[in-house]
Amino acid sequence: MAAVELLGKTIELDADGHLANMEDWSEDLAKELAKQEGIEELTEKHWMVINFLRKEYQETGSVPSIRKLTKQSGVNTKELYQLFPKGPAKKAAKIAGLPKPKGCV
Amino acid sequence: MRKLLILGAGTAGTMMLNKLHNVLDKNEWQITIVDQYETHYYQPGFLFIPFDIYTKKDVIKPKRDFFPTGVNVVMSEIDRIEPDKNRVLLKNNQVLSYDYLIIATGSKIRPEETEGMKGELWYKNIFDFYTIDGALALRNFFKHWEGGKLVLNITEMPIKCPVAPLEFVFLADWFFTEKGIRDKVEIHFVTPLPGAFTKPRAASILGDFLDKKNIKLTTEFNIARVDNENKKIVSWDEQEIPFDVLVTIPTNMGDEAIERSGMGDELNFIPTDKHTLMAKGFDNIFVIGDATDLPSSKAGSVAHFESDILFENFLDVIDGLEPKAKFDGHANCYIESGFGKGILIDFNYDTEPLPGKFPLPGIGPFSLLEETKMNHYGKVMFRWMYWHLLLKGQELPIESQMTMAGKRV
Repeated sequence: MAAVELLGKTIELDADGHLANMEDWSEDLAKELAKQEGIEELTEKHWMVINFLRKEYQETGSVPSIRKLTKQSGVNTKELYQLFPKGPAKKAAKIAGLPKPKGCV
Repeated sequence: MRKLLILGAGTAGTMMLNKLHNVLDKNEWQITIVDQYETHYYQPGFLFIPFDIYTKKDVIKPKRDFFPTGVNVVMSEIDRIEPDKNRVLLKNNQVLSYDYLIIATGSKIRPEETEGMKGELWYKNIFDFYTIDGALALRNFFKHWEGGKLVLNITEMPIKCPVAPLEFVFLADWFFTEKGIRDKVEIHFVTPLPGAFTKPRAASILGDFLDKKNIKLTTEFNIARVDNENKKIVSWDEQEIPFDVLVTIPTNMGDEAIERSGMGDELNFIPTDKHTLMAKGFDNIFVIGDATDLPSSKAGSVAHFESDILFENFLDVIDGLEPKAKFDGHANCYIESGFGKGILIDFNYDTEPLPGKFPLPGIGPFSLLEETKMNHYGKVMFRWMYWHLLLKGQELPIESQMTMAGKRV
């Protein structure tokens, strides 16, 4: 299993490069994970998305799709792609310390 | 009398009907199946129609040819399921009550979900091939087309038959080569995925095939709208790709009746236990085929493997037992690669497609993740098996659980 050194701690990652243990997550760690994805600063809108994802995950046990995100998080699709360029659902889930969304097979 | 109600008489619903009709005691069970359309389409055949390999009559048969006698058939659109009342309301005002329900309402394309998709170029320069009408319109377009930019775009996942878009560009390469205008046709495969396919090893091997066949690949392109005026597709992050003909795989969604019933997710797919195939939160409802939200491919082979599992679990549940059989996400896909050859992949929830031999380890006759003539024959043979064995619920010589035998890790 892969691991990275962040904030002076060894953090284990799963096969997709997401956190292996959700307990490792903290807001400070999220900032570091964001930097790795090329997002220098997490704005209020970023946090809206991250918090929505974490809440959904805690309630339903799965990471919501982009469609659910835009329907319910209060951020529209266009903004979402600006906040998390390329794959917003995957990138936002990674920063939120959640597994990769299943969505596609 | 106990009542079994099956919603949808497509591939999955028809298979379950035949399998269960064979074993349920006719004095104890009344079986009803509901569908709104009289015609059964062999959907894997749609792919071949634009290239004039199949005609319309190769892919259609009356649904009633596959219904056993003694089954109550109701032709109507479904209004809604009321799972707390164990009944289904139909658009023809009939109300059907049930003891057990199997939902097989499938998925369909929704081009209107993307801005501009169903604009003025729809069926003029923009086509789907997931419907009979789209496939026929595209055949007519290709007949007289003299070349230009052919763009295939997948709107978003999940889609029915995730390998079909790849097969389409492989066949287009062959078709335009045979026509002698391949040098005038630029083929461009545009996908929201990070590679040519969903699973990494297959994505890399299939990506090499695209390369070899001179097909351009653009990944991580998430379409926001179609610009009809300038013939371009535009992504959410403002990348633009011009086309002369756009072959789109629109958003796939479950039936509207699922939405009306409040039983679906945001794409109208029904939350389903990925192993038992029971609808989450209900002990008398099963879901099969494209209608589920399972993290497996939406494909006929998956519905077929699911039908074996659902069959066993159904018989346990009606006897008051816990469902024991577990679906493993098994999928088995013949990928037509053009020039009379094909590629085969076999995988499940946990194991991605691997190279090797299938179904007999070391022998085959089919080769996994390799391009062979034999794999193509497998695909051709399958249409016969589909009409004559599969829909009628008979055994096929392939196990429903995936096996690692014959695969090279």
